[in-house]
Amino acid sequence: MKAWIAFWSILAKDFRAYYLKPPNISWGLIFPLAWTGMFFIRSGAGLDSVPALLPGVIAVSVLFGTTSLLAVTVTFEKKGRSFERLLLAPIPLELLMLAKTGGAILFGIANAFVPVVFAAFLIDISAVNWTTLVPAIVLIAVSSTFLGLFIAVAVKEVFEAQTFSNFFRFPMIFLCGLFFPIEQLPVWLRPLSCALPLTYGADVLHGSIHRLPHMPLALDFGLLAAFCAVLFALSLRNIRRKWIT
Amino acid sequence: MTPDDGKTAIEVHGLAKRFGDVQAVAGIDFDVGAGELFGFLGPNGAGKSTTINMLTGLARPDAGTIRIAGIDCTKNPKAAQHLMGVVPDESNLYPELTGFENLCFCGALYGLAKQDREARARKLLDRFGLADAGGRKFGGYSRGMKRKLTIAAGIIHAPPILFLDEPTTGIDVASARQIRQLIADLNAGGTTIFLTTHYIEEAQRLCGRIAFIVKGRIVRIDTVEELMRRTDGRHVVQFAVSARATEVCEAIVAEWPNLHCQPVADGQIRVESPEPVRVGPLVRLLEDRGAEVSEARKLRPSLEDVFVEITGIEAGAMKQEKEKPRKGGGA
Repeated sequence: MKAWIAFWSILAKDFRAYYLKPPNISWGLIFPLAWTGMFFIRSGAGLDSVPALLPGVIAVSVLFGTTSLLAVTVTFEKKGRSFERLLLAPIPLELLMLAKTGGAILFGIANAFVPVVFAAFLIDISAVNWTTLVPAIVLIAVSSTFLGLFIAVAVKEVFEAQTFSNFFRFPMIFLCGLFFPIEQLPVWLRPLSCALPLTYGADVLHGSIHRLPHMPLALDFGLLAAFCAVLFALSLRNIRRKWIT
Repeated sequence: MTPDDGKTAIEVHGLAKRFGDVQAVAGIDFDVGAGELFGFLGPNGAGKSTTINMLTGLARPDAGTIRIAGIDCTKNPKAAQHLMGVVPDESNLYPELTGFENLCFCGALYGLAKQDREARARKLLDRFGLADAGGRKFGGYSRGMKRKLTIAAGIIHAPPILFLDEPTTGIDVASARQIRQLIADLNAGGTTIFLTTHYIEEAQRLCGRIAFIVKGRIVRIDTVEELMRRTDGRHVVQFAVSARATEVCEAIVAEWPNLHCQPVADGQIRVESPEPVRVGPLVRLLEDRGAEVSEARKLRPSLEDVFVEITGIEAGAMKQEKEKPRKGGGA
């Protein structure tokens, strides 16, 4: 019970201190809208292109929304030593890090629905399979957040976290099958696609919005969950190894 | 030396920690009794912060055991963390939260319910003279206010054991005095306090026992009274002279070889003797050598002298080093 009081307080504090700040709200709205507009204009196919673009824009919004903020909520607090307060608190590290990442996960999910709402005004989205889309968005948000956590824990400076995030984010966008089908990638790049969590998230998003997925849904969800577990476990190991020296 | 009250708050045996080639802490042993105010003194890099980090669960020892109120801190640091409050050497609260919000947040980290933590936060703001500033953001506080709020945050859950790392460094005299009084009051109320400070006079005034740590080893641990006993029968006179201090000292020692003379600053010398120092002949000698004596002051030996004698480190240098402004540091 006492640990849960700490959990909710950390989550609420991060929301008040970071996620509900006007710059982050505007980032959360403008960024997905900008991506949507950019791909919409680039496609040149008018409203017909929206269903094809929607999975990509959802995924990119989540990926950038979550990973960008972890650099602030974790790396910045570690550098300013306020993170020490959390490490000194008598709550399990796992729960502490779930509280620290919970805000980013919810922020990422909210980001994902910006292009969905935007699309609802432009096209008919009644055919969308929500029972697979929503869990996929949640798992993409969790895996992206844990990827951001893994990077945030690995570096010392906020700018390093941002730089390393880009090192992962941009190749992921182009290799996960969101905008270019994996089968059209050069053969030597395809194994890399298989090693990216977003590949499986993108597959479910495509399947939910406009066509059948390439892989069985259970495999997609299973692998996404496995990526979440591995990234979280690696981040905790790094925290124990590097921050509790 | 083990405290004689029978109850031990902190027990440390064979504690060691190495960072690469540097042996930061080299197998130290000490006990702190429940309700004791224990001073941990040493120069920068002596191993004080590493020791505190290991005691509070922020660092893992390479060897040794730590027991906090009987709980093995090396095996179960989270259980021990319930019992401790930690005030780090930097004021590391959240700049974007108000003073009141910071205190409530810190209370929540220890599982205090909303009503309880809010009541405690108001009480602490009052007690630390910050009631009017409680609604202002921590980032806008002065150094002294930041320090006070950081201490308040460390005790909001009323821990029986409090670790205070340099609580008065770099703050104004009035705030430092207020903090020292608060520390004394907390200890009088039964809180065990583990205090690191480079202000030796602060440790002398507040602490019951003191450990001196140098290069990762405890070189002396004793009560303040016992440490001060080393200075019994020592007589010290400090002179302000117009000539070069080293030359003046050489002249004095040449005339009275049983005296110990040491330049302490530009134009300042300190003469020590096991016998009472006769000032008249010394002044005459110095004036005969053309050195004008503007002041002669009898000094009562202090814990600082004991520290210098035991550690071989000039306390003044330690203080200056610690008070250097930190790059991008908080308060």
